[in-house]
Amino acid sequence: MTPTRQRLASTALIVGVFVVWEFFCLVAGISELILPRPSRIVASFIEYAPAIWPHAWQTLYTTMVGFFFGVIIGLSLGVLIGSSKLAYDTAYPLLVGISSIPKVAVVPIFVLWFGAGTVPAILTAMIICIFPIVVNVSTGIATVEPELEDVMKSLKASKWETLVNIGLPRSMPYFFASLKVAITLAFVGSVIAETVASNKGVGNMMLIASSSFNVPLVFAGLMVLAVMGVTLYAIFAVLERRLAGWAMRKEI
Amino acid sequence: MTDARFVHFENVGVTFGKGAEQTEALTPTSLSVAKGEFLALVGPSGCGKSTILKLASELLKPSTGHIFFGGRELGAAPVRVGMAFQSASLLPWMTVRENVMLPLKIVPPFKAAFRAKRNGEYRDRADALLEQVGLLDFAEKSPWQLSGGMMQRANLCRALIHDPDLLLLDEPFGALDQFTREELWQTMQDLWISRKPTVVLVTHDLREAAYLASRICVMSPRPGRIVDDRPVTFARPRPIDVTFAAEFSALVQELRSLIVHTPTSTRREAAA
Repeated sequence: MTPTRQRLASTALIVGVFVVWEFFCLVAGISELILPRPSRIVASFIEYAPAIWPHAWQTLYTTMVGFFFGVIIGLSLGVLIGSSKLAYDTAYPLLVGISSIPKVAVVPIFVLWFGAGTVPAILTAMIICIFPIVVNVSTGIATVEPELEDVMKSLKASKWETLVNIGLPRSMPYFFASLKVAITLAFVGSVIAETVASNKGVGNMMLIASSSFNVPLVFAGLMVLAVMGVTLYAIFAVLERRLAGWAMRKEI
Repeated sequence: MTDARFVHFENVGVTFGKGAEQTEALTPTSLSVAKGEFLALVGPSGCGKSTILKLASELLKPSTGHIFFGGRELGAAPVRVGMAFQSASLLPWMTVRENVMLPLKIVPPFKAAFRAKRNGEYRDRADALLEQVGLLDFAEKSPWQLSGGMMQRANLCRALIHDPDLLLLDEPFGALDQFTREELWQTMQDLWISRKPTVVLVTHDLREAAYLASRICVMSPRPGRIVDDRPVTFARPRPIDVTFAAEFSALVQELRSLIVHTPTSTRREAAA
C-alpha cells in the first residue's frame, strides 16, 4: 500500500469508528448516562469550553513540567547507568523494583508530603515517565558495538569523548522511542493525581462531572486528554525524525 | 637503529585467565617492524595474529615482555594509531565525510583546532583522501547508502586521516567478495605508496598478504609463534596481474604449505 492510501485508510478507520458509535447509540437507544453519542460529546465540549479551558491548561501544565523534569532525571540516570557495566548491573534491580510499584499508589504519599494540588500531579507525571527513559537510554549506551569501542580506544579517546561521540548519538533513537511512551504516561500520571487529590485539572473536572451525572462532559474531558496526548506524541514523532532519522535510514 | 626497529616486540607473551584455566594466546614472541614497512601476519585462525594488533594498539597489555615504539617503551609516549577492522563500523548518524574526520576530533594535536578547521583544512584533508579512494562523490551520503566495498574504503580513510605512526589492519577486506577485495587491494597499495605509513596487516588470505605486503610473517596455530619471516620483493606498484604470475603462485603455495604443515612439526618439536 502506498503511504497516501495508508493514510487515507487510517483516517477512514478513525472516522468510521465514530460514525459506528453514533449510529449504534441512536439505533440501540443507549442512554446518554451510559454512553453519549460523539455529537453530544462535541456539543458538550463547545457548551462547556470556557469552563474546560482552565482545567485543560492546568493538566497540560502539570504534565509538561513533570515530563520535563522526568526527561532530565531519566536522561541523566540513563547515561550514568549505561556508561558503566557495574552501575548497569547494580542499579537495574532497584529500577525494576521502583517501576513495578503502581504509580497511583504513591499519589497519597505525595499529597501527605506536599498537600493536595499542583505539586503531587507534577511529581506523579515525573516519576511515571522516568523509568522508560532510563531503561531505553541506558540500553542504547550499554549496547554500543565492541568494534566501535575498539576504534575509539585505539584513538585513545577518553570515556567522555566516547560517550559524546558514540554513546549519546547512538542512544538517540532509543531516547525518542521512550519519549513517545513517556509523554503519554505523563498524562496518565497527572490525571490520576488530579482525580485523587486536586481541585483543578481535567481529571478533577471529570470526577465532578461524573458525580453530577454529566456524562457528556466526562467524555468531553476524555476527548481533551486524547487531543493533547496525540498532539504531543506527534510533536515528538517529528522531533524524532529530525534528530534520529538516521536510524530509520531515510533521507533527512 | 630505531628505523629498523620502529615497532619492536621483545619476548612478548599473552595469557588469558588464571590458574588451571589459563590459556596461552601468544607464546613469548620477538618481532620488529621497520618504519614505512608493510608487514603481513598470516596464520590459522586463533593463532594470535589479532592479539599482536591489539597489543600494538594498546587495547591489550602483554603478560610478559616489552613492546617498544620508536625506541621507547609503549605507554611512555603517545603513539598515533589508525585501525581498521573487518566490519567498517562507520557511525550511521554521520555523513561519510564526518566519519572520516572523526579521528581529527579525538586525536591530539588535531582535536585542539577541530572546531576552527572542521569546515576548512580538515575538510579538505578528508576530501583529498576520499578522492584518492574514489569516494568524493559520496562524501555527503550516509554510510548505509554505500556498498560494502565503499564502506571499507571510507574505513581506510578514517584510519589514515590523522597520519598515524602505525596503521593496523585486522582483516579489513575479509567480508568482501573477490572482485571488490582485489579492487580494495589496489586502493590500499595506492594509499601505502603515496603516504608510506607503517602497516601491520592481519589476514588469512595468503594472496592478499603476497600482493600487499613487503614482508610476511607466518604464525603457527595457538599458542602462536612466528615460524617464518620473509620479504616480498615484487616490484611496486604491483598490477593485479602479478597475482597470476608463476612466482606469485609459488609464494602463495609455499606460505600455504607452511601453515598447513606447521601443526605436526610443532608437535614433533615438542615431543623431541
